[in-house]
Amino acid sequence: MEIQGYHLTKEEDWLYIIKGSGRMRVPVKLFTSEKLLEQIKGDDSIKQACNVATLPGIQGASVVMPDMHQGYGFSIGGVAAFDMQEGVISPGGIGFDINCGVRLLSIPLTVEEVRPRINELLDRLYANCPVGVGSEAKIRLSDEDYQDLMVRGAAWAVEHGYGTKEDLEHCESHGSIPGADPSKASKHAQARGRKQLGTVGAGNHFIEVQQVDQVYDATVAKAFGITGPGQVVVMVHCGSRGFGHQVCTDYIRKMEEEQPELFRSLPDKNLIYAPLGSKLADDYFAAMCAAANYAFANRHVLGHFVRKSFAEVFGEEVAAKVKTVYDICHNIAKKERHAIGGEEREVMVHRKGATRAFPPGFQELPKEYRQYGQPVLIPGSMGTASYILHGTETAMKEAFGSTAHGAGRMMSRLQANRDFTADQVTAELAKKQVTVKAASKHGIVEEAPGAYKDVDEVIRVCHEAGLAKKVARMVPVGVIKG
Amino acid sequence: MKSVPGAYDFLPHTADAKFRAYGKTLEEAFRNSARAMFALITDIEKVKGKKKVAVRVKAKRRDSLLFDFLDRLLFLLDTKGLLLHDVEDVKIREEKGVLVLTGTVVGDHYKRYETHGDVKAVTYSDMAIKEEKGGWACQVVVDL
Repeated sequence: MEIQGYHLTKEEDWLYIIKGSGRMRVPVKLFTSEKLLEQIKGDDSIKQACNVATLPGIQGASVVMPDMHQGYGFSIGGVAAFDMQEGVISPGGIGFDINCGVRLLSIPLTVEEVRPRINELLDRLYANCPVGVGSEAKIRLSDEDYQDLMVRGAAWAVEHGYGTKEDLEHCESHGSIPGADPSKASKHAQARGRKQLGTVGAGNHFIEVQQVDQVYDATVAKAFGITGPGQVVVMVHCGSRGFGHQVCTDYIRKMEEEQPELFRSLPDKNLIYAPLGSKLADDYFAAMCAAANYAFANRHVLGHFVRKSFAEVFGEEVAAKVKTVYDICHNIAKKERHAIGGEEREVMVHRKGATRAFPPGFQELPKEYRQYGQPVLIPGSMGTASYILHGTETAMKEAFGSTAHGAGRMMSRLQANRDFTADQVTAELAKKQVTVKAASKHGIVEEAPGAYKDVDEVIRVCHEAGLAKKVARMVPVGVIKG
Repeated sequence: MKSVPGAYDFLPHTADAKFRAYGKTLEEAFRNSARAMFALITDIEKVKGKKKVAVRVKAKRRDSLLFDFLDRLLFLLDTKGLLLHDVEDVKIREEKGVLVLTGTVVGDHYKRYETHGDVKAVTYSDMAIKEEKGGWACQVVVDL
């Protein structure tokens, strides 16, 4: 099929290829469906995927996921891996919100026990987990604490009484990426994040109380702590707040200032990069890890306050049994070993709006998960469904161990404001028995479910393609957001 | 995201926000870019001018000057809680081959106001600064 002058060859129902041509060094591999392709015909995401394929040292293919949509430089819903000697690191391939990600907690209660007290619970969550613009933390960090947190991430949080060691084992990278150097994150970046630890932020970030709606794989679900339909879980979606945004901004500017010729020559300015092995690349990676660790600590602290909220409404005994199912990143760069051209090599994997989905046997996983693979947490939009899946060997072979990250927007905020009203959206959600507590009405309208792609279709494609396998589906009961 | 005719317009953009700001001078177009960006966050007309913060930004090119100027305003929002109502006395000069922008941000603390959105960062996406019939136009995409 032809889209915007690009020729896509359908290889499977879920897989389309754009052959390398012109400046492209590798093909583009689109994990998608005809239905999802319809929705991106009008945006620049295919062009962006092709632009990524032109970058030096890119390995295998420029991969895009079913939730793909237009980003800047790199599309959102994309994976690109680069050779450590010949390749590059690009802040746009990670995103402004470094380590935006998702944490899922399992709650020892059923929806019948929680729903009658949902307003009370949302009030406590809203009080304990600040949401909205400029939301300020309850936690005051000393200089020493702040530096330590940037290096040790969620481990810092545990040591200061937020969350448990068991929680850490149930996090991607155990809540801390090695290689962070706080001195590589500017004073401006550090200042922006200073008062935001333990806050959710605004936009599409949220804390959602959900109920398990369907279980697809009872064995894996049980191993992940999902007992069955009606069980309550809580999903936290947020990232590195102002700290990460500033680190990304700073390094885009630095890379551009130090490489003006390259900047001018790029098909898209947002593709600016630094060659791996250069001081600039090393500095950005070290700063990125600091921001990523900040985000891990942030979600860990928020997890603690979710527990506290349940303690306040349902008692300490209930709170003591709240567990972290898992915590994943969906905007990150990682040094990983992958099989390329028959040999295993270290590459810099960029995931922008994509989630790691490592297979059974992966040693970092806690014992009880290891034989099933890494949990993958995919939030839908507010008011639709979210999913837990598990990683696979197929993901490893075909997509550098990655899968989608969410539903993906398909409607601009401008149009959402035209097409929906806050009252309409709230009423629609009320019909589905979803209670929303938002810091602002506009936030509700712009995040209306109609503005997002069909998450069920995104998940269906991930599952059919074998990039991750469905374990359970959850639907919202109550949401707090900015 | 209400457009203000003559000052700034909002354009469709799937995941983020895109605006075009205008002015008779380059300085006025920069001023309206700041106003447009904060119009994504709150009703800037309702924000009182209780606080004044001087800003000074320098960059090699006009687009990086605009980038750094808007980025500085986001920094002030996160670190000083400063919601912008307007920017006064914007001046752009060339000093020793570098562009320098000075101005005074006029606004108030965000906790006194209802906000309806958040801006994470400025991007270079589709950024354009053009001199056109009778004035200047700045086009910016910001990450939400």
